[in-house]
Order: sequence, then structure tokens, then C-alpha cells
Amino acid sequence: MPVSRLLLLGLVASLAILAFMTIGARGNWGFILNFRGTKLAALILVAASVALSTLLFQTLTSNRILTPSIMGFDSLYVLLQTGLVFLLGGLGYAAIPPEAKFALEVVLLTGAALLLFGSVLGSGLNDLFRMLLVGVIFGVLFRSLTALLQRLIDPNEFAVVQGAMFASFNRTDTRLLLVSAVLILACCLLAWRKRHVLDVMALGRDHAISLGLNHRRELFAGLALVSVLVATSTALVGPVAFFGLLVSALSYEIIRSSHHGGLLIGSVLIAVIVLVGGQTLFERVLGMGGSLSIVVEFLGGLVFLFLILRRVRA
Amino acid sequence: MTGLLTGLILTSLAIGAADVGLPDLLQTAEGLELFLISRLPRTLAALLAGASLAVAGVIMQMLARNRFVEPATAGTGECAALGLLAVTILMPAGSIFLKMLVSSGAAFAGTAVFLALVQRLPPTQPLLVPLTGIVFGGVIAAITTFIAYESDLIQYLSVWMNGEFSGVLQGRYELLWASGLVALIAYLYADRFTIAGLGRDAATGLGLNYRQVLVVGLGIVAIITSFTVITVGMLPFVGLVVPNIVSRFHGDNARRTLPLVALLGGSLVLASDVAGRLLRYPYEIPAGTVFGVVGTGVFLWLLFARPSHAR
Repeated sequence: MPVSRLLLLGLVASLAILAFMTIGARGNWGFILNFRGTKLAALILVAASVALSTLLFQTLTSNRILTPSIMGFDSLYVLLQTGLVFLLGGLGYAAIPPEAKFALEVVLLTGAALLLFGSVLGSGLNDLFRMLLVGVIFGVLFRSLTALLQRLIDPNEFAVVQGAMFASFNRTDTRLLLVSAVLILACCLLAWRKRHVLDVMALGRDHAISLGLNHRRELFAGLALVSVLVATSTALVGPVAFFGLLVSALSYEIIRSSHHGGLLIGSVLIAVIVLVGGQTLFERVLGMGGSLSIVVEFLGGLVFLFLILRRVRA
Repeated sequence: MTGLLTGLILTSLAIGAADVGLPDLLQTAEGLELFLISRLPRTLAALLAGASLAVAGVIMQMLARNRFVEPATAGTGECAALGLLAVTILMPAGSIFLKMLVSSGAAFAGTAVFLALVQRLPPTQPLLVPLTGIVFGGVIAAITTFIAYESDLIQYLSVWMNGEFSGVLQGRYELLWASGLVALIAYLYADRFTIAGLGRDAATGLGLNYRQVLVVGLGIVAIITSFTVITVGMLPFVGLVVPNIVSRFHGDNARRTLPLVALLGGSLVLASDVAGRLLRYPYEIPAGTVFGVVGTGVFLWLLFARPSHAR
């Protein structure tokens, strides 16, 4: 494990967190720490879940270009949510306790993801570009369906529900935050315990099987974990398309090791640096509150094009 | 086909938020006014936009020599929106003509960049082309969103990027006639596009001025796309779905297929608009949303129905 690099990343991440908490702070510290602390917690949770889900997904499919959001996972989650509102009605939807609702959504997402992608991914994935294009188009289809359903829902009813569907960094639901924290922490622990299995999975389906791994079971377990992580991060801030790709590409570049012990920690730290550091820079220094996600989208898109073109050359 | 289209046109003329049926429309003075100001323009706009976008799709597929290319999978629409945004910010008082010019120019430049990018991809990986184009469009869209966000113009952007016809009135859609006219010019050039579709070397060998055809084709695509974006907003996947369906039944001779493509494109977009108006009457669902669902469905079917080696 590249300890020195991880320590350095940890240091930069702490600096970013420190900067986020202190820059431009005036007045009552008790209020500031509480207010910014909630935002910080949301940012870190999202960073961790996006980094982990991307890394896991790329390992399961043994390639470094696919990510859950490119394959339309988060759009599928939003579609499921909208579908539930459509079926149950706004009041019915709002009447379900949040924890039960979340559990139901995660189960549905896992099932749908396994149904849609499990069979294709499990078959050995011989045509990467077809998979990618299918994923991208599925994403567009899910978004169009969501838009269609949203138009079919009564506008008044929809407005009531919309608040429950998307929380933003600036208005985070503390209860949801707590549930997400528990879930993401559990996923982190599970992924950490599986890190050696993941090392083997990354070799590809055939190698993993000949090394004695139950590939199918591990794939399904892994996809379930990815679904939980995606659902959590999407519930917190909504879809983040290319953020995961940016983080994972940076992690491979910086960690330079294929051991998942180092990769898991490193990618979470890098995600925290990008998200917390970026938010500090944009919100406090440049004074442009909401544009970080757009810039991340832009950079991530460029990384994607670069990765594809490099792969073609090779 | 023509019977279906006639039925669609009649339905489109007969329905609207004001509960006035066809007979009343033509007999009373008020009805006639409604007919001429709202119903007729809307129907024509859907037909023109659909037909010209489908034609733009055929031309792009021939120029890029790839079945999965169209204005929405090559960044053309996003570039047109970026150009439009630039004009809106830099010269808010500029005439509609200026907006057209800059937006078409941006669409032209963006598509040219895309084609140059695609030339470097290996011909053995046809699926890479739309993938690159979609992400290229995403990067352009991110730049546009960033600028729009910082200057509080996000609302304009969503109008340009989501195609819908509810805002169409007499006097506000006539640009689409120009776009239809451009599609007609494409018909005059049809044979040359077919030959250009054989590839640069083969086309040059057959005596074609490849460069000129490329520039004309790009120009036609850019004008059609930007005019559609300006008047009704982007309608993704029209240019992809329609040519693919037509070529399955009638082959790739553009001279023969272009009229069919235009007819089918117009009918499908009009059908989406009618469906959008009926699904939740008297509210409306944008035609672009309805077509997005249908279009992506057909696209996925094309991807799965066609093995990767036979194309």
C-alpha cells in the first residue's frame, strides 16, 4: 500500500475540510460549526459513496471507463422514485415513513439494476463500446421517462413531492443524513472486508473463476452494494454524471497500485478533496455557489473523451 | 402512409385547449382566426421541424459514414444553443437574423470539430462515434450551462433544449419554413451525398468534389438544427430513428429515400405532439419528451437488433 501517498492525500483532504469550515467565517462559532458541519457531512458522504460505487463498479466489470452513472444507475433511481409517486399519488408517497421508502427504493433499484445490467455484465462483457453506448442511451431513456411521468403527475402534487425527492447541499435533511451515514459506513466496511476478493475480480471474469471465485455471486453482491451507494448519493444531491469517472481516473493515476486496500481509501480521499476543496473554492473564493457540479461535469467529460481516445490508440 | 398523415393532420387541427371542433373552426369568424393563428401554424411547425431534422440526420449519417449519428449525438444542437446564448449575452438587442447567423455558425463549427474528431477513430468501432459525440455534446452543454448559470439565463436554455410546440403561433414559427426550404435544397444534392457516403477516396475517385459536398452538407445540417433550436427547441433522436427505419425498407439511395424520410419524420414528430396534447388533456407534454421515450427505445432496439460486425 502506498502509505506516503495516502498520508499526503489525507493531509490535503484535511486542509480542504479546514478551509471549508473556516474561510470567511464571521460571528457565532457555535452556529457556524453546526451549520457548515451539516453541509460538510453531506459533502463527505456523497464523495465517499460516489468514489466507492464507481471504483466497485469498475472492478466488477474489470474496466476503467464504465461508471454507474454513465450506465444510467442514478437516472434509474430518479425514475423509480417518480414512478412510485405516480403509482401511489403524492399523498400516499409522502405518507410512507422515509426509512421504509428509502429501503423500498433501494430494493427496487437493486432488482432493476440486476435485471438490466446483471445479465449483460455477467456474460463476460466482450464489447465495451456497445455496453457504454447502451448505458448512455438507457440513461437518456430513463430521463425522458422521468420527464414524461413528471408531466403526468398533477403539478400541485408534484410540487409537494419534489421537495422530498431532492435535497441539496444547502438544505440537507438531517434525518436522511443520518440514515445515509449509517448505510455508507456499512458499505465502506463491507467493501474494505472484500478488498482481496475485489483484487481478484479486477482480473476479469475468466481469471477470477479459474482462481476459485464464485464470480456470479460476487458480481451480484457487488452490484447490490453499488445500488445502495448510488441510491444514497442520489437521494442526497441528485445525479452527478461524470464526477465518479473523474475521481476514479485520478485515483488510478495517483495511487498507481491495483490493490484495493489503497485504492479504496485513496479514491474516497480524492473525492473529498475534489468536492470539499472545489466547493470551498467556488463558493467562498470565487463566489459562484452552484457551479461546481457543472465544472466537474465539464472536466469529467473531457477525461472520458481522453480515456476513450487513449484506449483506441492502444 | 399518406392516409395516416392526413389523419394526424386533421387530429392536430381539431384539438387544442380551446374546445372548438373542426366544423366550427372553419365556419365562424372566431374559429377561423383561431385556426389561422394557432392550430394551423402548430401543425405546420411540427411537420416542418420533423421533416427537416430527419433530413439533417440522413445527411449527417452519410457524411460521418455511421448509422448512429444525428444532430443530438454529435453536439450540433448543443453548439447551436451555445451560439445563441453568446448572442443573447453579448448583443441582447441583436436582430433575429443575427441570432440565426451566429447560432448556425456555431453549429457548423461544432459539427466540423466533431467530424474531425471522428475521423481519427478506427472504422472498426462504429459505436465509438455516437459515444464520442454524446460526450462531446455534454462537454459543450456544460460550458453553456456554466455561462447561463452565471448570467441567470438557465430558463432560456431549457426552452432551447426541450422541443415543444405549445408556444407556436402565427408569426413565431416562420423560420421553420426556411429550414424546410434548406431540406429541399438537400434533395437537389441528394446524389452527391449518396456518393459522399461511399467515403472520401471512393467519392473523389468518382469525380466528386468531396470538400464542397462536405461543406454544403454541414451547412444544411447546421442551418436546420439551429433554426429548430431557435423556434421550437431541440428534438433529439428524430434524425436518428427516422433514417434508420427508412433505410431498413428502402436502402440508402438518398434521391429515393429523402422524400420518405421527410414524410416519416414530419409524421412522427406530429404524432408525438398530438400524443403529448392528448395524454393529459388539456395540459400538454412537450413533443420532445414524448419523442425522447420513443426515440431512445428505437435506438436501443437498433443497437440490440444489429450485431456489431455487420453494419
